Amino acid sequence: MTMTTIPLDELKPLTRKDFVTDQEVRWCPGCGDYSILAQVQKVLPEMGMRREDIVFISGIGCSSRLPYYVETYGFHSIHGRALTLATGLKASRPELMVWVITGDGDGLSIGGNHLLHAMRRNIDLNVVLFNNRIYGLTKGQYSPTSEFGKITKSSPFGTIDQPLDPIRVALAAEATFVARSMDVDTAHLQAMLKRTAEHKGVAFLEVYQNCNIFNDGAFKGFTDREVRDDRVLYLEHGKPLRFGKQRQHGIRLNGFELEVVENVESDEGLLVHDEQADPTLATILARMTYPAYPVPVGVFRDVQRPTLDALMHKQVEDAISRGKGDFKALLHSGETWMVE
Amino acid sequence: MTTEVRPEQDQHQIEERTRVTIRFAGDSGDGMQLAGTQFTKATALFGNDISTLPDYPAEIRAPRGSLPGVSGFQISFSSDDIMTPGDEPDALVAMNPAALKTNVADLRDNGILIVDADEFDRTNLRKAGYAANPLEDGSLKRWQLYPINITKQNDLALEGMALTPVLKFRSRNFYALGIVLWLYGRSLESTLEWINDKFKRNPDVLEANVRALKAGYYFGETAELFQTNYHVAKAKLPPGEYRHVSGNEATALGFLAASLQLGRPIFYGSYPITPASDILHELSTYKNFGVLTFQAEDEIAAVGAAIGASFGGALGMTGTSGPGVALKSEAINLAVMVELPLVIADIQRAGPSTGMPTKTEQTDLLQVMFGRNGESPVAIVAPATPSDCFWMAIEAWRLATKYMTPVFFMSDAYLANGSEPWRIPRMDELPAMKVEFAKAGEPFEPYQRDETTLARPWAIPGTPGLEHRIGGIEKSNITGDVDYDPDNHELMVHLRAEKIQRIQNDIPEIEVEGPASGDLLVLTWGSPYGAVTSAAREARGRGKSVASAQLRYLNPFPKNLGDVLRSYKRVLIPEMNLGQLALLIRGKYLVDAISQSKVQGQPFKIGEISERINEILTELGR
Repeated sequence: MTMTTIPLDELKPLTRKDFVTDQEVRWCPGCGDYSILAQVQKVLPEMGMRREDIVFISGIGCSSRLPYYVETYGFHSIHGRALTLATGLKASRPELMVWVITGDGDGLSIGGNHLLHAMRRNIDLNVVLFNNRIYGLTKGQYSPTSEFGKITKSSPFGTIDQPLDPIRVALAAEATFVARSMDVDTAHLQAMLKRTAEHKGVAFLEVYQNCNIFNDGAFKGFTDREVRDDRVLYLEHGKPLRFGKQRQHGIRLNGFELEVVENVESDEGLLVHDEQADPTLATILARMTYPAYPVPVGVFRDVQRPTLDALMHKQVEDAISRGKGDFKALLHSGETWMVE
Repeated sequence: MTTEVRPEQDQHQIEERTRVTIRFAGDSGDGMQLAGTQFTKATALFGNDISTLPDYPAEIRAPRGSLPGVSGFQISFSSDDIMTPGDEPDALVAMNPAALKTNVADLRDNGILIVDADEFDRTNLRKAGYAANPLEDGSLKRWQLYPINITKQNDLALEGMALTPVLKFRSRNFYALGIVLWLYGRSLESTLEWINDKFKRNPDVLEANVRALKAGYYFGETAELFQTNYHVAKAKLPPGEYRHVSGNEATALGFLAASLQLGRPIFYGSYPITPASDILHELSTYKNFGVLTFQAEDEIAAVGAAIGASFGGALGMTGTSGPGVALKSEAINLAVMVELPLVIADIQRAGPSTGMPTKTEQTDLLQVMFGRNGESPVAIVAPATPSDCFWMAIEAWRLATKYMTPVFFMSDAYLANGSEPWRIPRMDELPAMKVEFAKAGEPFEPYQRDETTLARPWAIPGTPGLEHRIGGIEKSNITGDVDYDPDNHELMVHLRAEKIQRIQNDIPEIEVEGPASGDLLVLTWGSPYGAVTSAAREARGRGKSVASAQLRYLNPFPKNLGDVLRSYKRVLIPEMNLGQLALLIRGKYLVDAISQSKVQGQPFKIGEISERINEILTELGR
């Protein structure tokens, strides 16, 4: 189906309210999901898209409730499979803007396989993974991003499995856009949501999200306003890696290891961020974790590659340009014979 | 079967036959499928009715000469209407000891047995588990044995050609084919044409195959080995243009026809699995019709993508076999809940678990009917023959779009790989169908149902004003909002069931072949159609009161089924499982149906069903 494009200035400008549904929001009071929902609703009017051309698809989990609250087309599917539905929808309707809302359990555990394949295929989806390092909806079991040794309802003696880093998983799967943000930094989150939407190809955004019931304060150590400047590294393309209230600290590369250089004036020798570099750099950056390092947020990588949806339709168009299908001829193709 | 023996000009006699069944068997590297399909083509062009059955080994290349490496191809051709690839071959071509060992027991008494004597060396005999050479020990006395030095004679025919011994050896399937073409009075023409086209870039191989084919043919003619050759007259088929079609080809063509009739593009999400992969292969060549195919990372992604595509207004479909259906069940249930059209082609194979992937069975019926959590009704259609796959694939889409529901299309390995001549339908024979999406500006509720069909509206993204959310959580009737109200849930469970039930008003009644009432009804579904119909006809030919009927709709059943069942003293249900349809029939209609089951990975033979019919008739004192 082709969409009639209406020049933007002819559209009644949409506001945040246009993206709010009549459904009562049913997350626990104080949940980080409220902030993410609010930022999503704030940036949607700026996308230049009509509501009917936007679709939110989710799996199962607290995060996956989000589509009910956004006044667009929405599909709350089954556990881990949001990306599969989104792939089919986007592949058959490339003109739609398709968002996938998932969580650390939904996207990395039960749906881990689909995440890898959506990334490598570079289908033009906006994937937002709410990472709260816990299973919230099932009331407090450890997730694939829970830290090693974590005590939870299902691990009373501590977890014994190594956590996954969503950013490095996405990079390893050749995602063309990989970014991270935090529920508590609304301005940064809005900026990252916009970049995610603008990227042509698969865009993967991890959002650190606090579950105040089952994993309260999981990111507090570095996301709290008082410590954030010293413990979070805001990645900016083309700029040296600096952090601290006065951006007084820097990061440099020593062999394959990163090291923090405190109170350094000159930018010389500091690592300069390059979103278009080989994924090795982004992967090294993603290895920085609190408390040994400041935690990097922002865009790790942003490169261009043909998208699955475009390639799929190009094959169809090319085939049609070589000769549109003739069903009668197809039925009669190959060896046929007449019976009188 | 033998009607007339008349002398020919030469020393050979020609025997008229109404029906002949031949099986080619050899190592999977011996090119038996090729020999079989070439023989089929020559026979189709001659004008016989045909039914074929390939029998592949599960291994792509099992060790040469081993029993698991044997590949077979059976063709039955007739001057009459035939429905099965034949019970017992009249002739068997065995290219090595393993092929002989695994196939000879099926050959009818006094049947023609052609073997490549050169392959019966000590190594091959040992691989096949023969202690002594069966060509010499008298163990093959029941049959007309023709030990021919196929390999050596073929080498002689290729003398002087600069080909490696391996390439020479590979052409001996054409030598064997040549013999059989001669034996049954078929022309070399279509095979020669095929060789000339296929190997035009490889003149040496082309020449080798032509020489081999002709050498085999002339050997048949000149060697005084065969006393007779056989003639099967042209069949009286309805006039028109014909082609060959296998079940999987017909399925893909049917899906495409549905897409063209409905004016909506196909999105086929699939994960490779035997015996369904051919549908994916076929559809992926239809890009110039706008067909989108997607080879997913797994079975779940394949069906998930199809559901996503259906949400967007495409004809989302997936194809698989039993193990894949198991993996897709949760997603199919989602489609039941969100009431979107979806077609799932289940090309059944022998289970449980991996089972026997290349062998046929009908053991998924209850899985498809009930294998999902909750009350989860779906529509089920089941083609009866390879060419019927075309019509039922279209029908699956008619129902899926009209009733906004997942529809299972249940084929099996036998239908999928079996092929038959097909009178190519005219375009005006295709059913008219249409899709209506919910329109902008009209009153809209996501679960406001059509009064007749109970289908909810199909409101696709891109339609202004119809933004709505669906999902797997229970819906409030009409609004589609999340709803945990107990009465609403009960209402929705009943509505979903009622919607599928109402399809009954929209499908043909079951037709009975034979007396409308009487002693015995033989009822089946899917691929046993041919054997069942033939056995019932045979019984009627002997003056017995035996009817047959084929269920092409398994959920809901046709409206008149209960009345039909009650019109006979006995009901026999042959199926390739332990009585799954019988269980449904007994449960639903309280009819004391007799189950006849076969689970050998092989289709029913006519004789097996005839035998059971006779037993029942004897019990009835007929």
